[in-house]
Amino acid sequence: QLKKVKKQKVLLMGKSGSGKSSMRSIIFSNYLARDTRRLGATIDIDLSHVKFLGNLTLNLWDCGGQEAFMENYLSQQRAHVFSNVGVLIYVFDIESRDVERDLATYVNIISALGQYSREAKVFVLIHKMDLIQSTNREAIFNQRVAVVRRKTAEAVAILHKHQPSPSSLSESEGGIDLDMHLFATSIWDQSLYKAWASIIHDLVPNLGVIETQLASLGVAIDADEILLFERTSFLVVSRWSSHEGDRNPYGDRFERMSNILKSWKHTCSKFTGTPRNAEQFTEFEYKMGPTFSMFVTKFTANTYILVAMPPGEARFNSAKLNVAAARPWFKFLDGPPVSAGPP
Amino acid sequence: PDATAQQQPAKGAPRLLLMGQRRSGKSSISSVVFHKLPPNETLFIESTARIQKDSLSSFMDVQIWDFPGQIEIFENSNVTFDIDAIFGEIGALIWVIDAQDDYTESVARLHHTILNLQRSYPQINIEVFIHKVDGLSDDYKFDIQRNITIQIQDELSDQGIDNAPVNFHLTSIYDHSIFEAFSKVIQKLIPRLGQLEAMLTNLCRTCRFEKAYLFDVNTKIYIATDNTPEDMSSYEICCDFVDVIIDFTEVYGSWPRTQQWRDRLEGEPWDQPLEDQVACDRAEAGMILSDSQRPIMLREVDRFLALVAIMKEGSYDKMPQINMNVDVVVKGLEEFFRITKQKNIVEPT
Ligand SMILES: Nc1nc2c(ncn2[C@@H]2O[C@H](COP(=O)(O)OP(=O)(O)OP(=O)(O)O)[C@@H](O)[C@H]2O)c(=O)[nH]1
Ligand SMILES: Nc1nc2c(ncn2[C@@H]2O[C@H](COP(=O)(O)OP(=O)(O)O)[C@@H](O)[C@H]2O)c(=O)[nH]1
Ligand SMILES: [Mg+2]
Repeated sequence: QLKKVKKQKVLLMGKSGSGKSSMRSIIFSNYLARDTRRLGATIDIDLSHVKFLGNLTLNLWDCGGQEAFMENYLSQQRAHVFSNVGVLIYVFDIESRDVERDLATYVNIISALGQYSREAKVFVLIHKMDLIQSTNREAIFNQRVAVVRRKTAEAVAILHKHQPSPSSLSESEGGIDLDMHLFATSIWDQSLYKAWASIIHDLVPNLGVIETQLASLGVAIDADEILLFERTSFLVVSRWSSHEGDRNPYGDRFERMSNILKSWKHTCSKFTGTPRNAEQFTEFEYKMGPTFSMFVTKFTANTYILVAMPPGEARFNSAKLNVAAARPWFKFLDGPPVSAGPP
Repeated sequence: PDATAQQQPAKGAPRLLLMGQRRSGKSSISSVVFHKLPPNETLFIESTARIQKDSLSSFMDVQIWDFPGQIEIFENSNVTFDIDAIFGEIGALIWVIDAQDDYTESVARLHHTILNLQRSYPQINIEVFIHKVDGLSDDYKFDIQRNITIQIQDELSDQGIDNAPVNFHLTSIYDHSIFEAFSKVIQKLIPRLGQLEAMLTNLCRTCRFEKAYLFDVNTKIYIATDNTPEDMSSYEICCDFVDVIIDFTEVYGSWPRTQQWRDRLEGEPWDQPLEDQVACDRAEAGMILSDSQRPIMLREVDRFLALVAIMKEGSYDKMPQINMNVDVVVKGLEEFFRITKQKNIVEPT
């Protein structure tokens, strides 16, 4: 049974200039990283409805981060902003000079969120990592993670004292935790796609159905790996790997493929002079002699599919036919299923 | 960088010298072009005090010497350089000028260097990279280029030198211009370039290709193209196509599969070694642009080189014949490089 259309309120918060609007524009509006230099500071809240596949709408609240706005969110607009939140994405600028102050604001935001949307998931992005020399990135990120985790735990502990509720804020040995994930990101590399694919992943309706069907397709065509991308953002919606495909030593390959294919789309758009969000290419095939073969092709109206497979001409041709034949199984990705009940 | 290659540069390999003021971008250029460093990471490059020697082993071995900006080859009175050791086997001198900075001094030093070179090594190509032009408007870029060109040529003709081999390029590591400029520099060092170009021109005619390039895959330098007019946008898309293929190759083609995997694929119902199940034993790729159904194709020539072409609308249906023609050209190219390499060994310069 397919589930109905979902709407999700997603808050995007963090200090002014930390890179919130930049990320959003790259992922959902096909900006190039360098185009973001032209973005002005966001005034108050910039609300957008992003359609993701046919059956998920993200209500993205890009909250301008200048201090006056932040204070306003926490006071006058508190209930309006923090109610019914599905996901909070909080962005820290790694280059920020005033870390203490950033953390204090963050703690206030977490408290407000805990008050109005205690089921919300929190994604913390430590952003602009490209400005740190690559050899130091991991250490600096880990340091920052520890601080953020500690501050979060403190904030949650206070909340807990005021309004005890065991449902989502659970007590563990190290202190109190909430459903929080941290990522190191930069608009200049694939790290952005890793974080955002993870943010999107749990929001996609019918994920179980997608996974099962990808797996049957993979087995049927003898693939080693299948990636399913959303057509505009090129975020990986779902993936499947064979036993052999799982041995692939490149653990970052999913976000890497998103990044590569999205910049390839930009290249094509520049060459053809057609808009960036237009469909740019079809039927990308690559056969590396007796090593492996792969293809990337338009799949359903809202998705692209990448198939990596063993070499062999006959195997390749039959896989392509079978992928085309499998499109109807995935039709539900394109629109709200007829069986959907009232919202 | 390969340490042994740095210590023992191949004898007779053409040499590219990178010179210019400090912070003009020399090390960044060689890191981006020859070591695939992402351009924004060049912010962390430290300035070095000694000559940095790199070598590119590809279809042709090339050495790249990166000179620290403060070294004055011809003016330093305390240290004497073995001028002949530096310029003796040189293929080209690349002079890097920072276009975002005051370039008066750099132009003066360049002029001085050209004069000195003209005396003993008049055949050396001097390639001026007017660099860091990203972020500058087109008008401003061309103004700078005109200024510098006129200055150099005027001063040289004052000294009675009228046709020194000096060329100008507008470059930036943030786009394809640096690769394009290097392509032009390297092409001048290739023996029998005309023959290569003729082969590509022929291929374009027989297969109705719009444009074809022979790429050095590791550096994205194109070493030859057909005789249709230069076109930056074709080069860019072919360059990026090579990039995509390199990434695919690394992620899915660079790690060993298990024997069980192979056994299963070679067993029932295929009953054939994998090598016999494929139509082509080299890398081949194709992609169709949505707007006008123009395909782009790539074919591996050897370990270093790949042929990349933009095809005409609707030619995808003719792929089988096209592939046969491409096969023939690839064989021809292999033969060409086999002979060229041999010649290099027989007649060291
Ligand atoms: N180096 C680097 N710069 C970035 C990155 N992400 C964004 N920027 C730059 O940071 C600047 C500010 O980005 P915005 O996205 O406008 O910041 P914001 O968080 O939306 O700011 P407000 O709207 O005022 O809250 C832009 O010039 C971006 O180009 C990154 O990952 N690395
Ligand atoms: N904007 C811009 N900056 C560049 C470019 N090339 C190099 N740079 C920057 O110029 C600075 C000096 O470069 P470096 O390679 O160390 O100069 P060198 O002393 O000549 O070797 C670095 O900060 C680079 O990031 C370019 O094409 N555009
Ligand atoms: Mg903003």
